[in-house]
Amino acid sequence: MIRWFTTLLLMVSVHATAAIDTYEFKDDETRQRFQHLTEELRCPKCQNQNLADSNSPIAKDLRHEVYRMLGEGETDQQIADFMVARYGEFVLYKPRKDLSTYLLWYGPFALLLVGVVVVFVMTRRTSSGNKTDDKPELDESQRQQLNSLLDQDTDK
Amino acid sequence: MRRFFLFVPLAVFFVMGIFLYRGLQLDPTELPSALIDKPLPEFSMSSLYDEQRQVTPADLKGKPALLNVWATWCPSCKEEHAQLNKIKEEGYTIYGVNYKDDRGKAKEWLRRYLDPYAENIFDDKGALGLDLGVYGAPETYVIDANGVIRYKHVGVVDQRVWDQIRPLMDKLASGEVAGQ
Repeated sequence: MIRWFTTLLLMVSVHATAAIDTYEFKDDETRQRFQHLTEELRCPKCQNQNLADSNSPIAKDLRHEVYRMLGEGETDQQIADFMVARYGEFVLYKPRKDLSTYLLWYGPFALLLVGVVVVFVMTRRTSSGNKTDDKPELDESQRQQLNSLLDQDTDK
Repeated sequence: MRRFFLFVPLAVFFVMGIFLYRGLQLDPTELPSALIDKPLPEFSMSSLYDEQRQVTPADLKGKPALLNVWATWCPSCKEEHAQLNKIKEEGYTIYGVNYKDDRGKAKEWLRRYLDPYAENIFDDKGALGLDLGVYGAPETYVIDANGVIRYKHVGVVDQRVWDQIRPLMDKLASGEVAGQ
């Protein structure tokens, strides 16, 4: 049982940060803010890595900048603005909500709404279509013809 | 009307096709600079040759120029160096930012491979590089006579890139874009 458990534990991957710096923070909250910021900011050189993960020199510099600015008591917003002013919106993993990103933020929901409307309209149309099909309108002569055909079948 | 809806998937396919085809030609490693049409950041740094002399943005104003971020540790900078010398010979001004480098090595490099730079800013800590949004040397900026950044190229400046940049430089020189 214990062996099973340890094997299972080995399979669990622990969140790993690749780059190792020795920064000392004045309190736990600042440390958490640092971790949060470096995970939310993207490395401009090695794309698809955040500042915390990347070993590139520029990521190291930017981590140091984040650390410095935290030490100077700047807010998360000010630090993000600092990065955007130099490297553009690209450095934010979470794009800001403004005119140019509304499509990005709300586009999927708009598409979902369109999909729901289409499905709704289509199901309504087929079900109402079936209702009319259920009542075949036969006049007297057609009914007689149908009956005679059915009778023919039983005669066999 | 119903028939018309049958063509919707085809139309969607074509629209997506156009976007994806365009995506094939985009280079995702090229980022748009956040500093285009903004003035050079404030700085005061020592000149590469003369430690005592401080270079400020005012020294780079007066005529349109290239601002080239380079370092001796950067192989691509070596690659573009001959082209920079050629650009200088054509009569254009190039300023250099010696980025996170060693003063002695940089001087030796310029002595050996010739110096295309009208002025070289020694940015050993990369502070100016950070304010310029540099994320990997070589990077080349086009600045106009008022010290406003007009264009940025990341990577090696070769003949093909220079052919693209030169018309902009000429336009800036003739004052068409200046004063905007």
